[in-house]
Amino acid sequence: MKTQEYTVVGTRPIRHDGVDKVTGRALYGADFQMAGLLYGHILRSPHAHARIRRIDTSKAEQLPGVKAVVTAGDFPEVPERMVDLGEGDTPLSYARGNVLAKGKVLYKGHAIAAVAATSVHVAEEAAGLIEVDYEVLPCVLTAPEAMQDGAAILHDDLKTKEFGEQTGRVSNVAEHFRYAMGDIEAGFAQAEVMVEREFNTATVHQGYIEPHNATALWNNDGRILVWCSTQGSFSVRDVTACLLDVPVSRVRVTPMEIGGGFGGKIPVYLEPVAALLSKKTGKPVKIVMSRKDVFEGSGPTPGSHMKVKIGARKDGRITAAQAYLAYEAGAYPGAMVAPGAMCVFAAYDIANVVIDGFDVVVNKPSTAAYRAPGATNAAFAAESVVDEIAEKLGIDPLDFRLKNAAKEGTRRADGPKYRRIGCVEVIEAMKNHPHYTAPLGGPHRGRGVAIGFWFNVGLPSSCTISVSADGTVNLVEGSTDIGGTRTSIAMQAAEVLGIPAEDVHPTVVDTDSVGFTAVTGGSRTTFATGWAAYEAAQDVVRQMKERAAKIWETEAASVALDRGVFQSGDKRMTFQELAAKLDQTGGPVVGRGAVNPRGVGGSFSGCIADVEVDPETGKVTILRFTSVQDAGKAIHPSYVEGQMQGGSVQGIGWALNEEYFMNDAGSMTNSSLLDYRMPTALDLPMIDTVIVEVPNPGHPFGARGVGEANIVPPPGAIANAIYRAAGVRMNRLPMNPPAIMQAIWSQRD
Amino acid sequence: MSLPTVFIPTLLQSLTGGRSSVEVEGGTVRQVIDNLEQAWPGIRERLLDQGKLRPNISVAVDGEVTPMGLIEPVSPSSEVHFIAAIKGGAQAAHGQRHL
Repeated sequence: MKTQEYTVVGTRPIRHDGVDKVTGRALYGADFQMAGLLYGHILRSPHAHARIRRIDTSKAEQLPGVKAVVTAGDFPEVPERMVDLGEGDTPLSYARGNVLAKGKVLYKGHAIAAVAATSVHVAEEAAGLIEVDYEVLPCVLTAPEAMQDGAAILHDDLKTKEFGEQTGRVSNVAEHFRYAMGDIEAGFAQAEVMVEREFNTATVHQGYIEPHNATALWNNDGRILVWCSTQGSFSVRDVTACLLDVPVSRVRVTPMEIGGGFGGKIPVYLEPVAALLSKKTGKPVKIVMSRKDVFEGSGPTPGSHMKVKIGARKDGRITAAQAYLAYEAGAYPGAMVAPGAMCVFAAYDIANVVIDGFDVVVNKPSTAAYRAPGATNAAFAAESVVDEIAEKLGIDPLDFRLKNAAKEGTRRADGPKYRRIGCVEVIEAMKNHPHYTAPLGGPHRGRGVAIGFWFNVGLPSSCTISVSADGTVNLVEGSTDIGGTRTSIAMQAAEVLGIPAEDVHPTVVDTDSVGFTAVTGGSRTTFATGWAAYEAAQDVVRQMKERAAKIWETEAASVALDRGVFQSGDKRMTFQELAAKLDQTGGPVVGRGAVNPRGVGGSFSGCIADVEVDPETGKVTILRFTSVQDAGKAIHPSYVEGQMQGGSVQGIGWALNEEYFMNDAGSMTNSSLLDYRMPTALDLPMIDTVIVEVPNPGHPFGARGVGEANIVPPPGAIANAIYRAAGVRMNRLPMNPPAIMQAIWSQRD
Repeated sequence: MSLPTVFIPTLLQSLTGGRSSVEVEGGTVRQVIDNLEQAWPGIRERLLDQGKLRPNISVAVDGEVTPMGLIEPVSPSSEVHFIAAIKGGAQAAHGQRHL
């Protein structure tokens, strides 16, 4: 289909779940109620690193109203093995250990035990009566600290791996890998300008407003029923079954509405614990995290230590680039350093590259994905150095990027060549935007730009579509709707069927009621589940053509569908008219789509940021902000713009405010939304958006994943703007007033 | 006759005499690895564990990480890359599953 032929794709229908969301009728996990419901509470470690000598739950169990207490000892005994929880293989003991600690606690907030009681207050009081005897151990809180010889070791069995080779060295470095291309020494030898800088970024949280929650019922028939807030119901099913050592068919997960996730609601924390409590009590058990629990007990994104070196010729061509990325995994291996390494120079066509990545465990919560995981850290470093090189060469920063921009056929340092991409088009759109040449209008003001990249993945998705007699259809899907995907998926079915988006009724269902569907993450849902809906709609069309052919006594091959009208010769029938005749022509029509699609289309994003820096206090005010992104084909432009604005605001939070402020004992001292400062509407100007459309040839409608690339460039752009406003190159995030004043004073000295 | 081009990860190039890419026969990723092993003994063990891709390794064929792993078809003009797998939630961001 050509773009101009679309009637639904590219329009802006009202979201199907809008009324329930704005009237408060939408049901979230914490709203869940059931007869006999008990309330759970988790006891968490007060220490960042300690050996658990003994846990005594007897006093808690004796408290009136308490129905059960569980610890890691309540997991069924099974031999240690590697398990694939959809997140790559990991030792079962690590997967269980982050849900309920066994032997050691590895971060403050680490779950140790859980109580089920008749009220949440009784459960909380009882948790306080659990006695834990700790042997407190020294903690390590940053990657450089954890990598030092003699550093406190988190896991006695963790040995550094180097691309499949077990080094045998017990260490906090879980893995070291390297991407290399060309001849790095020759590349730097050709350079006439070189810049090498070190950077540090803080641990930050996704900041979803709805805390984690889960209700579980271990039913009398042995089935485990779960209702929760998750980005992937099948992922919860599989992980819960694995940790409890039951077949996946014994677990049914119903995803409730979700109040934000950004990658942080892929891991499983509460569901297996609620299930264990339910097994002991025979009652459903609900657990809801507090905000403090969310900060201290769920997965933020890695803090990082990075070095970036780039060399270029005077004509503006980059000759070589090198990066050293050490990311904090938190308590268990799995920092997002590999995608960071893939993205650090992804926007550029560079012949000679070396990138070293280190996955380092530290005494902080085990990290989780966060919108373009790993890429934002890396882009802050790379885009700061790129900006400095452009300045040294006296080349406009966007012209410098254009000169070196990745294109179709450019090989990334991790190996693959790009297919059709929109990096150049994004930079050109930035350059052509009036914002780029508008006067700044005052002193202490500066403008910065940056660009960034994030992938788009396929993974399995399933849909069914059933046709109703009134000509509407019911679309059943398994993708949790976080950013309006009910509508963006329904629109793709509507486009195929030739009916309005409003005539498609999408429903997100439980894991018993739809085929396997991977998580809402990786910018995949509109792409992949949309593709499943496209296939299901094609299946409906095929069956409907057969019904029309039956009525018209002709061959199905002679029947065409054009904008909701079936026709064969001079005979015509609308989709609605035919839908009313299904009973007489053979019964219901149900279409199915099950895909694991290829043809993914990564997305480039760029932003222009104007800031004002108060030279007395270091406070940064964002004056104007424009986000530009290649959407391939924007299925629902409003939701693409919403993603761009949301990602930009989160990136601004990374840049200016957000951090886990840790004391020396490894305790987060700002674990509330009052002290962990995320930007609000009052802090920001309107975020302007420009959608660039370079269609992805791998998708039926040309869609690319758009959920994540937009968070990648803001910290770099803001750092570059701060430099032009205040004359200091920032090398750490967040760039809060103390950091900026320190940089200004250091320069004065 | 052209053959699939296999890009050798930096940390495995000691096994291929420093070559960063080699051409080997094979109609699937598994066959490619078997033929790599014939030419450069020891490389299979670095890529596979008990017949599966190691948990920290993904394979990309013609620029896209394949969900089919070892049974992914490879054509004579294909490029095959072994890259660091992504653990944690970011796995969803890169689409790897192992066979």
